[in-house]
Amino acid sequence: MGNGAKKFMYVNRRAPYGTIYALEGLEVVLIGAAFDQDVCMAFVDDGVYQLQKGQDTAESNMKNFSPTYRALGDYEVTKLYVEKESLEQRGMSEDDLMELTYEDEDDDYQEKPSIRIVNRGELTDLMEQQDVILNY
Amino acid sequence: MLHTINKSPFEKNSLDTCLRLAKPGSEILLLEDGVYAAVKGTAVEQQVMQALSDYTVYALGPDLKARGIEEKRLIDGIEVVGYDGFVDLAANSERVQSWL
Repeated sequence: MGNGAKKFMYVNRRAPYGTIYALEGLEVVLIGAAFDQDVCMAFVDDGVYQLQKGQDTAESNMKNFSPTYRALGDYEVTKLYVEKESLEQRGMSEDDLMELTYEDEDDDYQEKPSIRIVNRGELTDLMEQQDVILNY
Repeated sequence: MLHTINKSPFEKNSLDTCLRLAKPGSEILLLEDGVYAAVKGTAVEQQVMQALSDYTVYALGPDLKARGIEEKRLIDGIEVVGYDGFVDLAANSERVQSWL
């Protein structure tokens, strides 16, 4: 990643299937990552539902795009911040989320978790550190 | 940082989440349907008044006018700006976060 890279945060606040926001947002993240920027994602409000494990759209005839989140690590999108309060409000914990990992090239390609649970204060601070914030 | 909210507080939780996560001292601009949050006597009035102690809150004049909201109906402390003011706010902020 070059020194000219900007810090981008994509904030996801919508559930995955009721609207197109989540899918479109994910596509934008993957496109943006190809431009060698420092990209992270935040999952807030109903956005945490995007990371729910066990999504199965077979009977609803929609595309299950949840496996795409597993590709994020290969695009160097390795920081997925999930707001703790949003999880708790929905009766969820980290155990309900997909296990997403990336290979840390600076640490002998060890597999490390991409999902990081943060509280609202930590998320506020993270937002303040960004150059660009895009909401979906 | 400038935060903009363009959704009615009675339809979406954009206002709630913005107020939960915005750093005190930030600017918040209500525009489009977001301007309904600026009106006195609503269910979110207390929340907006509370926000005024932590943030500078603006409402976009042309969007108020379009919705028939006279300035005297606004919660005290909310500043009305035009499109030029919107541009100044954006230009003077390092970042803009648009809560949709």
